[in-house]
Amino acid sequence: MALLNPTFYELMRAQGTSRRSFLKFCSLTAAALGLEPAYAGQIAHAMETKPRLPVLWMHGLECTCCSESFIRSGNPLSSDVILKMISLDYDDTLMASAGADAEAILDEIPAKYPGEYILAVEGNPPLNEDGMYCIVGGKPFVERLQQVAANAKAVIAWGACASWGCVQAARPNPTNAVPIDKVITDKPIIKVPGCPPIAEVMTGVISYILTFDRLPELDSRGRPAMFYGQRIHDKCYRRPHFDAGEFVESWDDDGARKGYCLYKMGCKGPTTYNACSTIRWNGGVSFPIQAGHGCIGCSEENFWDNGPFYSRLAAVGATFGVEATADEIGLTAAAVVGAGIVAHAGVSAVAHLTRKPPTDPPAPPAPPKAGDQP
Amino acid sequence: MTGIATPNGFSLDNSGRRMVVDPVTRIEGHMRCEVNLDENNIIRNAVSSGTMWRGLEIILKGRDPRDAWAFCERICGVCTGTHALTSVRAVENALGILIPSNANIIRNLMQSTLYAHDHLVHFYHLHALDWVDVVSALKADPKATSALAQSISPWPNSSPGYFSDVRAKLQRFVDSGQLGPFMNGYWGNPAYVLPPEANLMAVAHYLEALDFQREIVKIHTVFGGKNPHPNWLVGGMACAINIDGPMAAGAPVNMVQLNLVSDIIDRTIQFIDQVYLPDLTAIASFYKTWDFGGGLAGKNILAYGEFPLIANDYTNNSLAMPRGAIINGNLNEVHDVDLTDPDQVQEFVDHSWYKYPDETKGLHPWDGVTDPNFVLGPNTVGTKTNIKQLDEGAKYSFIKAARWRGHAMEVGPLSRFTIGYAKGIAEFKDPVDKLLTDLNLPIGALFTTLGRTGARGLEASWAAHKMRDFYNQLIANIAAGDSSTANTTSWEPSTWPAEVKGVGFSEAPRGALGHWVHIKDTKIESYQAVVPTTWNGSPRDPSGSIGAFEAALLGTPLADPKQPLEILRTLHSFDPCLACSTHVIAPDGDELVAVKVR
Repeated sequence: MALLNPTFYELMRAQGTSRRSFLKFCSLTAAALGLEPAYAGQIAHAMETKPRLPVLWMHGLECTCCSESFIRSGNPLSSDVILKMISLDYDDTLMASAGADAEAILDEIPAKYPGEYILAVEGNPPLNEDGMYCIVGGKPFVERLQQVAANAKAVIAWGACASWGCVQAARPNPTNAVPIDKVITDKPIIKVPGCPPIAEVMTGVISYILTFDRLPELDSRGRPAMFYGQRIHDKCYRRPHFDAGEFVESWDDDGARKGYCLYKMGCKGPTTYNACSTIRWNGGVSFPIQAGHGCIGCSEENFWDNGPFYSRLAAVGATFGVEATADEIGLTAAAVVGAGIVAHAGVSAVAHLTRKPPTDPPAPPAPPKAGDQP
Repeated sequence: MTGIATPNGFSLDNSGRRMVVDPVTRIEGHMRCEVNLDENNIIRNAVSSGTMWRGLEIILKGRDPRDAWAFCERICGVCTGTHALTSVRAVENALGILIPSNANIIRNLMQSTLYAHDHLVHFYHLHALDWVDVVSALKADPKATSALAQSISPWPNSSPGYFSDVRAKLQRFVDSGQLGPFMNGYWGNPAYVLPPEANLMAVAHYLEALDFQREIVKIHTVFGGKNPHPNWLVGGMACAINIDGPMAAGAPVNMVQLNLVSDIIDRTIQFIDQVYLPDLTAIASFYKTWDFGGGLAGKNILAYGEFPLIANDYTNNSLAMPRGAIINGNLNEVHDVDLTDPDQVQEFVDHSWYKYPDETKGLHPWDGVTDPNFVLGPNTVGTKTNIKQLDEGAKYSFIKAARWRGHAMEVGPLSRFTIGYAKGIAEFKDPVDKLLTDLNLPIGALFTTLGRTGARGLEASWAAHKMRDFYNQLIANIAAGDSSTANTTSWEPSTWPAEVKGVGFSEAPRGALGHWVHIKDTKIESYQAVVPTTWNGSPRDPSGSIGAFEAALLGTPLADPKQPLEILRTLHSFDPCLACSTHVIAPDGDELVAVKVR
């Protein structure tokens, strides 16, 4: 990357951040990324020597929930990300300028920093009607998107829209809205799915890129492995109730008040890869299952068409290969409790062996490196 | 067109220089605006166009009505939750489902939380830069800024050292040469009239509000699991309450979570009353003579009402925020509004990118027809995929023209407060009178861009205090032994009638919102949302009447005809939401797909 001045550290110091606060920030960033404390030093070194990264944040067909989620980030604060870590040079939701003055930035930044800026995309392009179901500056959004992508260092696909298509691409997809990897094919794309993604996952992805000057390791679906490597079910605090066969049977029943498993109410936690049950939402306050409603699977491809949301997974077919039915598992587990701990462990082992869905591919490809790009 | 009069009382003249603003930024979604300026740079013609379309209602056809809230919630992630609330109300109305008192209270608490959050973020992060010159703040004297801040509020972040620090941070940011979101702004435009100290105070609070807003929504996280897009439920709420029973610690709503909610309410009230409202009054005091942007305000206004204090009673007897319509500025008569009456709410498409069999007529949402029709008029400048100038004589927007009894209407906080004022309800009238008295302004000053922005601030405070009321009601119910949150008697589709229709309404932060649903054989047969920006952002209708955005821009002078600052100022005062407003109706959605998929 060309030397842009000043570095994060210089800027943070200049803006009144003490050395002690700066190092604390680095430690917290390391913790947020799930890294060992020793990495804090590496983060500090990176921040002391790197300039602010230009980011162009474009919006297609979307609802702006990703932007709203982004500004919910508590660690790091979104204000710190925007003012101290990146240079958010274009974002039509927040930027001061409008019209031609705003659009000029989409020409200026790629010309000034070719190969050095990040394109972040919220929403997706519709292809029907020559792309004119989403018009920006009198032209199809898809045209502008491809222009700006051409010289980007990498592309971040924020949320379910950019990653998979989301609600406007749900059956029958009237506008032919497509995920951005259908129209940007020659750049590394980091998919950060969810409707929206968790705020700290969004800022965590950006922090990682800045800190280590490389893109995060991606799984075979293009998602950062560090946040999307496990199903919500795997780390759900209600999982013991699933294993014990204790389920909510009806809204607001005794089980609902005791925090029993929501599987029978349609919870998609067992097939949804996301960090909701670990990082949780809005500073760790809660997450959908903790608040009593099943997961609707909003980080999964085509989740809108995998419903209805209140049908339990066994009844909706192919997506679920883990536990045949809740009743079977429940009965087995209940019997196990009577029979003793050894048999219980046996059930757990079976569950463990079958945890990977058959569609899960064997090994993720090597993550793209920033340096690989021209 | 040169010099024509519209049926709703405005003069349009497109003979002057055309100015195009596309994209209009700091809004939700995609929007374009074109105006004609006369030789004095005064706006004489205005054309507002919604430039995105997703077809949500087509997608809803054939789905389980209990799922509809989740789809509808994704209409908008800014007013997150309000479409979901409206949707569950529509489905409950259709199926005759009554919700428990606690569910009603929790919904009211979530909706008032949304008001507080959304209005705060709108004021500081979407609207403030229309009034506040960030670069001018660099010239501020921190001591004088401190004196200004301390003269208007007890908010503790007000020392000279604090403002000196903020100014220094801003200086370094500007000096870095990487201006980020402030790049290419209209800094130095003569329409900015705040002294540097007021600008610096506002910049400081822009940053404080950005850090604080994320706290407010944690109330949604407690009751709905996440924000944006918390979870809702037909029949009540899924967040079971367990205060003192076994395993309460793992329950959705327990003592710990309630304590968090209560603490956030206190802090929200404090921030809005000690930061937002004082800033609003201070900024307004410098812009008192900029009295443009009225348009339909105070003339033709509409509110559906919100915050039922009695569960399942959606009449004005129960609504804390009243329903009503005012026509031709007659504040002495507030008309009743009936969302089921086919002659009241109607949508027209003769200037919208859709097709009706007879485009001279409007259609009630229960009787809608689907047929998108992206065609440009003969006077368009440019091509289909490179539009230089729209032809407002033909179709020019993905927004339909919503009308109430044939009238173009304005909706939003100002309309709500005006109807409350006209009805003589003290909790709306008193704060308006106080604000006008503090600023030494007549009632007419309310019906301007600034009045719209002022009413939103007053409403944020109203909502924050209502959050406390709703919380107290919830505690009282629980104390009285009522912990119920859901009614599941009609949960199973097998219990439903073969064919029913329902309507649900709410007041979204931006204005009146209605959902009309038709359920047949347990599936959605048709679904229609008429949203706030359908009203405010409507294009012309067959009679030639213009919508609220267009009307509000007329007569406004631009200080610098190359910079659209005043246009943004007035459009932002409505808090436009374009993803909400650009939709179609559904009965023959499958036909659309056959035509359009390539």
